[in-house]
Amino acid sequence: MWLALGRRLGGLVIVMFLVATMVFFLTRLAPGDPAALMLGDQATAEDIARLRQTYGLDRPLLVQFGLWLKEVASGNLGQSIFLQRPVTQAIAERAEPTFFLALFSVSIAALVGIPAGIVSAVWRGRPVDQVVSGLAMLSANIPSFWLGLIFIQFFAVRLGWFPVAGYGPPGASFLERVSHLALPATVLGIVNSALITRFTRASMLDVLSDDYIRTARSKGVSEVRVVLRHAFGNALVPIITVVGLTAALLVGGAIVTETVFGLPGIGNLVVSAVLRRDYPVIQGALIVVAGIYVLINLVVDVIYTLVDPRVRA
Amino acid sequence: MSPTLLFFRRLFRRKLVLVAFIVILVIALAAILAPWISPYEPTAIRVIRRLRPPSEAHWLGTDEFGRDILSRIIYGARASLGIGFAVVLISMTVGTLFGLLAGYFRPLDGIVMRIVDALMALPDILLAIFLVAVLGASAFNVVLALSIVYTPRVVRVVRASTLVVRELPFIEAARALGVSTRRILSVHILLNVASPVLVQATFIFAYAVLAEAGLSFLGAGVPPELPTWGTMIASGQQYADDALWTVLFPGLAIVLAALSLQIVGDGLRDMLDPKLRKAL
Repeated sequence: MWLALGRRLGGLVIVMFLVATMVFFLTRLAPGDPAALMLGDQATAEDIARLRQTYGLDRPLLVQFGLWLKEVASGNLGQSIFLQRPVTQAIAERAEPTFFLALFSVSIAALVGIPAGIVSAVWRGRPVDQVVSGLAMLSANIPSFWLGLIFIQFFAVRLGWFPVAGYGPPGASFLERVSHLALPATVLGIVNSALITRFTRASMLDVLSDDYIRTARSKGVSEVRVVLRHAFGNALVPIITVVGLTAALLVGGAIVTETVFGLPGIGNLVVSAVLRRDYPVIQGALIVVAGIYVLINLVVDVIYTLVDPRVRA
Repeated sequence: MSPTLLFFRRLFRRKLVLVAFIVILVIALAAILAPWISPYEPTAIRVIRRLRPPSEAHWLGTDEFGRDILSRIIYGARASLGIGFAVVLISMTVGTLFGLLAGYFRPLDGIVMRIVDALMALPDILLAIFLVAVLGASAFNVVLALSIVYTPRVVRVVRASTLVVRELPFIEAARALGVSTRRILSVHILLNVASPVLVQATFIFAYAVLAEAGLSFLGAGVPPELPTWGTMIASGQQYADDALWTVLFPGLAIVLAALSLQIVGDGLRDMLDPKLRKAL
């Protein structure tokens, strides 16, 4: 098990190195000189040359890459052009809304998706299954930003149940901030529940036809216990994978949703950085998000071994 | 019965798949025939008629410039489906090529798959926003960016199928008969990995339509002048309080298109892979 974990960690480092390489060189494809961009329209050629020297932009590209990589590896993601602060600080300041949004969304997605998948597997082919499967497919194909706008109209503007946008005034209580997350988390949760529903249904169907389920039934174990304990317990591994995968996907989905709901999270940071061409922030956010993604995947792999003794061997 | 006819008969055994297929055809036809069937010019500004609710003259209402929303949705189908289709073509071609190479030539496998892993470690929309930001916002660059985002999926599917097919006896037989590697790859293996690629194609089409809308909505997609379903929602957003139709109908168009593509994709998968049929 330790050997496998070590190999996974090695693979993780390689993937992160490739992500960093890609991010660095693709950014350099962008039109315009970074120094000129930093200084704005009024800069003279001399100013630009000086800044190029300060940031090492006059050195060979590979040398620049090496230096940058060293900084990134030690946790320094550079300086934001517009925000006058280090990228890591800018990201850390915006992490809270994104973290809670992702956490609440994945919880909602799991709370909706897992029971829906179980119900749909137990009554396979019946009307309830068709309704659940249909709804799952529908929700997977709704653009989250559009559903967000519609929800804002109904639940915030017309009914007034939730705040329309934002994350509360500075220093707002935790409860108030949560109330701002309720609507966006519901939207993201619904949109992302589809995958969980389908996977839960599939893995439950797989398990429900196994021999030991028949054995349990013939022993007179109650149907509820057969489904929830015997079947669900063994269908858990793929379900954990898909919940983990959903959590990782949510980091991306949160970008668009944050914009709709005006949440000051990492997604909002990225979108405004893109519009302002603040490349260090974009690069930094990409590396952080990719890091979170591979870490979640690693955690999922570790949870496997804890849940499923067969994998441990 | 001809093989084509048989194919469609089996595909449409489920009525829902047939309905979804017809919906896609109708949207595609509307996109192609846009100049002839749309009731108004999509860019005709008439401020007196701004933000009118749906009526007999404007079935789906008008937007903030008095432009007819139905006409814009019809024209928007051109851009949205056009971009989606271009993304499908590019990612299928490039993805199949690299998937075949990675699956067939073991030394290449490690390199190609690590790059695929790296690309897939970034969420779709985030990678797409980044690429569009770097390349510049235009319809062409949106296609390029989304193709880069979705190619790795195709590579994975094709590689996995190639790994299975290359070990089958008929490939060994072909090799023993002296068939060139190029021909083995481009004929014998390609034909046998075609069905999973076809299934992926419909899914990627749906994802690309959704992603294009998301990019345009964020202002990191096509220029706002070009009517696409995403730009329509983006510009209607601030009027949604009083004129919900500016946002509602373009969004329904996206849902309808993406959902239909997904249903057809599911139908194809069920038909081409009887094992999955049982499970899903």
